[in-house]
Amino acid sequence: MRLEYFEMIDHVPTFNRDGRTLVAEATVPMESPVFDGHFPGHPLVPGVLLTETMAQASGYLLLALNGQSHMPFLMGVDSARFRHFVTPGQKLSVEATFDQEGSGYAATKAKIKVDGQMVASASLRFALTAFPADMKALMQKQITRIGLGSEITT
Amino acid sequence: MSTYDTVADIIAETADIDRSSVKPDSHVINDLGIDSLAFLDIAFAVDKKFGIKMPLEAWTQEVNEGKTPAENYFVLKNLCTRIDELVAAKSA
Repeated sequence: MRLEYFEMIDHVPTFNRDGRTLVAEATVPMESPVFDGHFPGHPLVPGVLLTETMAQASGYLLLALNGQSHMPFLMGVDSARFRHFVTPGQKLSVEATFDQEGSGYAATKAKIKVDGQMVASASLRFALTAFPADMKALMQKQITRIGLGSEITT
Repeated sequence: MSTYDTVADIIAETADIDRSSVKPDSHVINDLGIDSLAFLDIAFAVDKKFGIKMPLEAWTQEVNEGKTPAENYFVLKNLCTRIDELVAAKSA
């Protein structure tokens, strides 16, 4: 994870097209400017960044399922829960599962686990739109970086 | 509960609009000020509640191309008729 660049996902070891789920890995960095303020001497990953982490895993899931035909933009977060502190060096397992799709939107459920214990969960909704100019190439680069490229046919 | 009451409740809650200001003749965009993103939220809740997929993109395209008046889809009582039609088509 590179928190200050909003690069939350390191790798995607599992994408199950039939089950419409994806599991991503993310390791919290030992140091980040984020921890200078949150909190001095007591570094914790902010809940808002855990939400972003679940949103990115969900976004990659939707891109994989739709073959990058539409770009998902986060439009709603429901039932967000943060049950345990997330600290530097921890390895996160981020699970995103498809929930519902309609005309112009899709919904997912996501959770984050550390050593099998759930630390965060949320229901997320995304607007599905045409890709803004140049964004498809940027997303393709990220998809390749996290190892999902071979799973997606465009 | 009628389709109308269910949809009016969803609109009032999702868009944070006073329930009493939601009327059968309300135009969800012109009268209630609901924008396209808020309407996606409403579509999510309606789709889930009724087990349907409202074809918003197709409806919007029809309206933009002048094939159908916007009132046909976006005046609340007409929207409820469209929802009833989708529910009936699903169970047919």
